[in-house]
Amino acid sequence: MGSTLVEKLWSRHRVADLGDGTDLLYVDRVLLHERTGSIALKELAEKGRAVRHPGRAFVCMDHIVDTRPGRGDETVMPGGTAFIRETRAAATAAGIHVFDIGHDNQGIVHVVSPEQGIALPGLTLVCPDSHTCTQGGLGALAWGIGSSEAAHALATQTLVVRRPRQMRVRFEGTPGPGVSPKDMILHLIATHGADGGAGHAVEFCGPAVTALPVEGRMTLCNMAVEFAAWTGLCAPDAKTIAWIEGRPHAPKEDAWVAAVADWADLHSDADAVFDREIVIDCADIAPYVTWGTSPQHAVPITGQVPALDEARDATAAAAWQRALSYMGLNPGQPLAGLPIDGAFIGSCTNSRLSDLRAAAEVLRGRKVAPGVRAICVPGSMRVKAAAEAEGLHTIFLDAGFEWRESGCSMCFFAGGEHFGQSERVVTTTNRNFENRQGPGTRSHLASPATVAASAIAGRLADARGHTTPAPTGGV
Amino acid sequence: MEKFIRLTGVAAPLPRPNIDTDAIIPSREMKRVSKEGLGEGLFADWRYSDVAARVPNPDFVLNRPPFDRAPILIGGANFGCGSSREHAVWALKDYGVRCVIAPSFGAIFQGNCVRNGILPLVLAEGHVTALAAAADHRPLTIDLDALTVTLPSGDALTFTIPPADRQMLLEGLDPIGVTLKRLPAIIAFEADHLSRHSWI
Repeated sequence: MGSTLVEKLWSRHRVADLGDGTDLLYVDRVLLHERTGSIALKELAEKGRAVRHPGRAFVCMDHIVDTRPGRGDETVMPGGTAFIRETRAAATAAGIHVFDIGHDNQGIVHVVSPEQGIALPGLTLVCPDSHTCTQGGLGALAWGIGSSEAAHALATQTLVVRRPRQMRVRFEGTPGPGVSPKDMILHLIATHGADGGAGHAVEFCGPAVTALPVEGRMTLCNMAVEFAAWTGLCAPDAKTIAWIEGRPHAPKEDAWVAAVADWADLHSDADAVFDREIVIDCADIAPYVTWGTSPQHAVPITGQVPALDEARDATAAAAWQRALSYMGLNPGQPLAGLPIDGAFIGSCTNSRLSDLRAAAEVLRGRKVAPGVRAICVPGSMRVKAAAEAEGLHTIFLDAGFEWRESGCSMCFFAGGEHFGQSERVVTTTNRNFENRQGPGTRSHLASPATVAASAIAGRLADARGHTTPAPTGGV
Repeated sequence: MEKFIRLTGVAAPLPRPNIDTDAIIPSREMKRVSKEGLGEGLFADWRYSDVAARVPNPDFVLNRPPFDRAPILIGGANFGCGSSREHAVWALKDYGVRCVIAPSFGAIFQGNCVRNGILPLVLAEGHVTALAAAADHRPLTIDLDALTVTLPSGDALTFTIPPADRQMLLEGLDPIGVTLKRLPAIIAFEADHLSRHSWI
């Protein structure tokens, strides 16, 4: 019997079988940020425990840093400066590299790590951040952990992990025009539930995944956690290898040749056995938008808020009722046409160059509707520089978008900048939870193109017909 | 770490699916690089009608005695989904919660519970609903050694938990200390692993 990709990566990293389906796994890379990594470093220092391999750990300042031009350690978020400075001091004391404010390579950890060549196919990689699964898009076994586990990984270079069940999600066919990776993953979550992947490692595959640019695969894997999966990943291929080659931390020369040869085995065998398989016909996928307060509350942009009697059971109906009350919506109401107050493009889900290009294709030569606050936050300072090199920033600025420095920004409200009470926001982020983007803020998740089209219309809008497909080559 | 062996107390019902860690502790309540004092921010957006002024929302279950001192929560499926923030668990602990019963948990939250002496107790959805109804305002007894939940009637339900999690909770182990006992095996693995994959 053959092995799945996850099983291969697992067996490569198994230090010891601890019994009862649990293994001690070797961890190749540990990533940290100032929000949750700070406390892991502090805990180690307080207990007098050393970081075992500081050279294989990296810190990104992303969660609390301001994204306003001219920013420094000072933050709009009260008390944010302490997180930044304590993290910097602890990382420096431990000998860990910091992608810091003011540096050309600063940005969101799950954007910076792949673009720096820190995440590579076949590696195990952890971060005290739930969206670490993003980096599975390169064929790494990457998963989110808590701060205590981060301290464990730093001190021992291992983690105790229960073997997940194996799931394959196969995207067949070709997505229609205007259907992005964000729509593919929202379709999966809407169809199979926000707990549909619980207990599973999910391999995304099929012709539509093979056809995706590497950055799109990262968007797909990013929201595996919104599917309750332990992680998600895609098998690396020639496109992945071309995308990684030459990046600062990627292997060089002989090591590169050896790595590429090694990665050839990183795929599920033809006779691998999965515990569960989901097949999706991409012809069924439309551009999606969420209507409620869970990522599973998603429908095509041409659709309506569902009727309560469509809910699976009384518990779900009650949750829908609560979500509709929070969102200020009624059953049966069409999504397209809902007036919006804000539009946000950014986050580890959709802030890479390909995302900014997709939005710019819609925004070119157009203006954001009056009264809509529109913000674009590139995923890293390198993404920002690359976007500016091809003039994307002028498209965003001319349209009336704010063009920010990099960081997690308004993906979540940490006490600093936020959208207002009851404001309706269309956003490329990953969580439409109550109060996520501000107290009482109503978040609608969607793709970069949908957010851009909505910003122009001043209402939730279908981007199809307003855009040409984003370039797929090279990124 | 504080041990979890046996617990008797009332169980506050929060019968909603997908209670996320942003709801358990909003990001703005994580004010310092510290695990301490987070209980005040627990469920802040639901618990207070005016968050800044800390005005209690009388409709929220944890503001209604005897649930204001409940050491047990009964939640819906996928409890603790979303952000990895361990602050959610530290906030529960600081508030006095030692056990959460739900049909399923967010994976990172579940692991965080075990590492902080909180029992994430999984029961089938029907049993969770029945348990909440049977308990009402009266105490439950949870015995991790015997793997039972005893209802006010004296009837008991059994549950399962991964053996490693059970041991960690029963003995209050220090996970890093336990793993460091395997350091020779880690060093040997590492030498072999790095010799095969020099680019790591």
